[in-house]
Amino acid sequence: MNVIVELEKPLVELETKIAGLKKLNETQRVDFSAEIAALEEKARQLKLEIFGNPTPWQRVHLARHPKRPLAMDYISALDGFTELHGDRGFRDDPAVVAGYAYLDDLPIFVIGEQKGRDTKDNLYRNFGMPHPEGYRKAQRIMRLAEKFRRPLVTFIDTPGAYPGIGAEERGQSEAIAASLKVLAGLRTPVIVNITGEGGSGGALAIGIGDHIIMLQHSIYSVASPEAAASILWRDASRAEEAAQRLRLTSDELFEFGIVDEVIPEPLGGAHQDPQRVIHDTLAADKQALRKLLRLSQEALVDRRYEKFRRIGAHVELVHDTAAR
Amino acid sequence: MAPTPNWLRRRGAKPEPQNDALWEMCPSCGERLYKKDLAERLWICSRCGHHFRLHALDRIALLADGDFHELAPLLATGDPLTWSDRMPYANKIAGDRQKSGLLEAVVVGLCTIEGVRTGLGVMDFFFRGGTMGSVVGEKVTLLIEECARQRLPVVLVTASGGARMEEGVIALMQLAKTTAAAERFSALGLPLITVLTDPTTGGVSASFGFQGDVIIAETGAAIGFAGRRVIDQTIRQKLPEGFQSAEFLLEHGQVDMVVRRTELKGALGRLLHFLTDKAVPA
Ligand SMILES: [Zn+2]
Repeated sequence: MNVIVELEKPLVELETKIAGLKKLNETQRVDFSAEIAALEEKARQLKLEIFGNPTPWQRVHLARHPKRPLAMDYISALDGFTELHGDRGFRDDPAVVAGYAYLDDLPIFVIGEQKGRDTKDNLYRNFGMPHPEGYRKAQRIMRLAEKFRRPLVTFIDTPGAYPGIGAEERGQSEAIAASLKVLAGLRTPVIVNITGEGGSGGALAIGIGDHIIMLQHSIYSVASPEAAASILWRDASRAEEAAQRLRLTSDELFEFGIVDEVIPEPLGGAHQDPQRVIHDTLAADKQALRKLLRLSQEALVDRRYEKFRRIGAHVELVHDTAAR
Repeated sequence: MAPTPNWLRRRGAKPEPQNDALWEMCPSCGERLYKKDLAERLWICSRCGHHFRLHALDRIALLADGDFHELAPLLATGDPLTWSDRMPYANKIAGDRQKSGLLEAVVVGLCTIEGVRTGLGVMDFFFRGGTMGSVVGEKVTLLIEECARQRLPVVLVTASGGARMEEGVIALMQLAKTTAAAERFSALGLPLITVLTDPTTGGVSASFGFQGDVIIAETGAAIGFAGRRVIDQTIRQKLPEGFQSAEFLLEHGQVDMVVRRTELKGALGRLLHFLTDKAVPA
């Protein structure tokens, strides 16, 4: 159950009522405009009340909202997207979409983690959880981007890499490890957009880049709150508590210096105005690319190295206290 | 680089076995084993050959020729999230220091293995389940960078439950950091050899663990991306026999070889010589 969908119910009711009154207003002789204005004000107040300052747990559910724009919504807003399929080894993984397109006039390669819109679609997309062949398809596209000197733009939206028998047999660890390595050394600009859920190594596998953009209510975490609660306390039902502790919100990630830019979302989340959010995100991608394209390949790769090299929190002791 | 540290002294800091803990039960065959004998046999069950988990310092003693110059010996845990659950993160760390005699879950340094000068990093599962937080990420990175400067091969022995939850996304970023170092190192034509021991899962297997030019798995080690429990909960079906064992991975083409602990030093020595010795002119 999505807590945001639940919170939205009175709002949806109110909005239905407003729409009904507006229709009446057009067809009847009675003037309802005062009532409509009052209800609209009430709806605005309600929105502010329930979405003005979402908790980390509410943000988790905004990131997972069934109407939130998905990777393909961003990718199909590009010009002339052509999908490229397959890892050349096993199969085409529908949880990862990849191909080439134009960002305005700029030719780019794109990779996205794709969830489904409904149950049937989600079964097909495996809820956005890639198998090793998905990451191997991504590696193909990364290498194409380098070879043909096109920037790479990625869209992260996954609860994590799929934990299953086939995934383990075919080397989920190796697939992620190899993706990380290809990205770390890729001699072309890489822009990363965290548009929904950024869950663990399965997200990072397409997440090493030169400019990391995160939507305001997206999340990015070492593990999904459920998985973290399960690992820490053997109790997945404590996910809300884990969400609070993990510091997975965009403002915290920006503070940590892990995210370079946060795209504000409309009140109530990206699904309240998908077109605006998609436009703002792609505009930010374009702006970042324009800057990065001025750098030499060497400068770009050095800059990327330094960007990740400095992330960490450790202290240097004067004495060894372990033995005491 | 730090001077030769007192890692041997710290070795003595491990708590003495209590009277009721002189014996260890083999989790594989159930045999009661005298700990002192077990230690002499490299923690391998004399009855069934089960490989017990090894402390990092015991592993270093097993692999290094006798010298070991530790790097960054005083690097210690920070607390980027100011984490606290049943107790503050700092207290958990203090407890692990007491238990393990180590400051963190990895020991890195320079040594020789069968006469080949090598960088060696060994993880310790007894410290926070060998999880990778900032210190593990930083020490592994420093080791790789130092070996890149000195043109030395690197051997990394992993034992880890993955990224450390208590450091959140900062821990996740250590996958990126260590990978970036390994990628640069690899581009110099230097060998990175990884030895995956029991258990190696999550963020460590999905980063430097599987980035080795040659990947060795120790006999019987559990190795995988997702933990068994997570897979069980997700798919709710019976897992195949030997699933995620070193032997299972060999069969599925995921590792180059499975090596018994008694053969490990020899196997590493031969590999290091083969990869780094100057070719004999024709
Ligand atoms: Zn036994």
